[in-house]
Amino acid sequence: MKIFLSNQGNLRNFKGFVRSLDLSNTRKLEISTHDKWVTVHPANLVITAALAIQTGKENTEIVGEVPETGRYLDRMGLYDLINTPSPFIYHKKEEVGRFVPIKIIKTSDDQSRFIIDMIPLLHLSEKNAIVVKYIIGELVRNVLEHSFANDGAIVAAQYYKKTNRVSIGICDTGIGIWKSMNTYWHPKTDIDAIKLALTPGITGTTLKEGGTAENAGAGLFFIKSIAKITRNYFVIYSGSAEYTLLKYKKRIKGMPRLYADPARDPHSATNTAPSFQGTVVAVDISLDETSEFNDLLSSIGDVYDKAIRERKRNKYKKPKFI
Amino acid sequence: MNKNIKMRKIAGDFAENKDIAKKLRIEEIIPSLLKGDEVILDFAGISGATQSFIHALISDPIRELRGVAFDHLIYKNANDDIREIVSIVYRYMQESLDRNDEN
Repeated sequence: MKIFLSNQGNLRNFKGFVRSLDLSNTRKLEISTHDKWVTVHPANLVITAALAIQTGKENTEIVGEVPETGRYLDRMGLYDLINTPSPFIYHKKEEVGRFVPIKIIKTSDDQSRFIIDMIPLLHLSEKNAIVVKYIIGELVRNVLEHSFANDGAIVAAQYYKKTNRVSIGICDTGIGIWKSMNTYWHPKTDIDAIKLALTPGITGTTLKEGGTAENAGAGLFFIKSIAKITRNYFVIYSGSAEYTLLKYKKRIKGMPRLYADPARDPHSATNTAPSFQGTVVAVDISLDETSEFNDLLSSIGDVYDKAIRERKRNKYKKPKFI
Repeated sequence: MNKNIKMRKIAGDFAENKDIAKKLRIEEIIPSLLKGDEVILDFAGISGATQSFIHALISDPIRELRGVAFDHLIYKNANDDIREIVSIVYRYMQESLDRNDEN
């Protein structure tokens, strides 16, 4: 397998990153970087880390020149997972930043500990910390419950001071979304499965409205909606499908309208990406755009209710006209 | 009788661990409701909760016990975020109950 970390590692270019992946020959992983400058979104980082863990440290290396900016890969813990020694020498104490390095979470207790430990690393206010805790809490739980991944959830996050934004990436090498949805919903393709998983009220664990005692089919819809309201990107990549929620334009005033159907949101989607056995979910959150969290939840909840009501209406018996 | 459950002691500052929610539901909430007790979930000291956590905590009592759950489940010291999430779960559970009844 080959992964190239470019100088444009952000969610806007995630599609390009995915397209450049070579996921053949799973016994070996070669990572290369842009020779002058490398920028990495947590999404790119966690997929690289997840594949490195799956392939094994002894079979994973970084090839070619890594520019000075590649020290970020070291700070985020990537060199700990690969068989190439870090060329970067620095005092780690000097490198205090606002980031959460690559972390592997395998149990719900790990998850709770991680959520407690993570927030001080990002130096967030109480109000913003709640949003980040919420997102990580839901996304990691999804992996632990639905992915059946041996290696757990691989998580990383970064705060960007200049744009006052938090970026989060979560990846697993489990069964993927299609398999997870297939038991009850039988999606034809990976992209159909992703769209089902994003639809409020649809969970891979039942056909029943309201879900089971454990699942309501709301988690991913809530996260996508938080990204939309804060006018940011949200991506999911699983199997051969990749869905990117596009950024809601700043010049359009008012709160972005939320839709139950992910196909109605401005997005790009493909079903011909290199086939990835697992799932990556990544999101950017602009902290400037985060209104009161309960207002945001209220708007999302309204769309969720409406989606259930509409599905209910679709099942009403129709009169027979002749 | 009242059953008081101090959520902070069990779920920590941010309630996201669904295993804890499930345990509470099965071992504390449902048995108390079945006995006719009022169950007071005290969220004092909890800064937030995920929808998944609240769903795992209360959706089954609502689905299985309906009126008993609506009458006897009480939420104390819940901040605005938690109130909103509990309200969302109440709304969609009632929508879906109506619908599943019709099918």
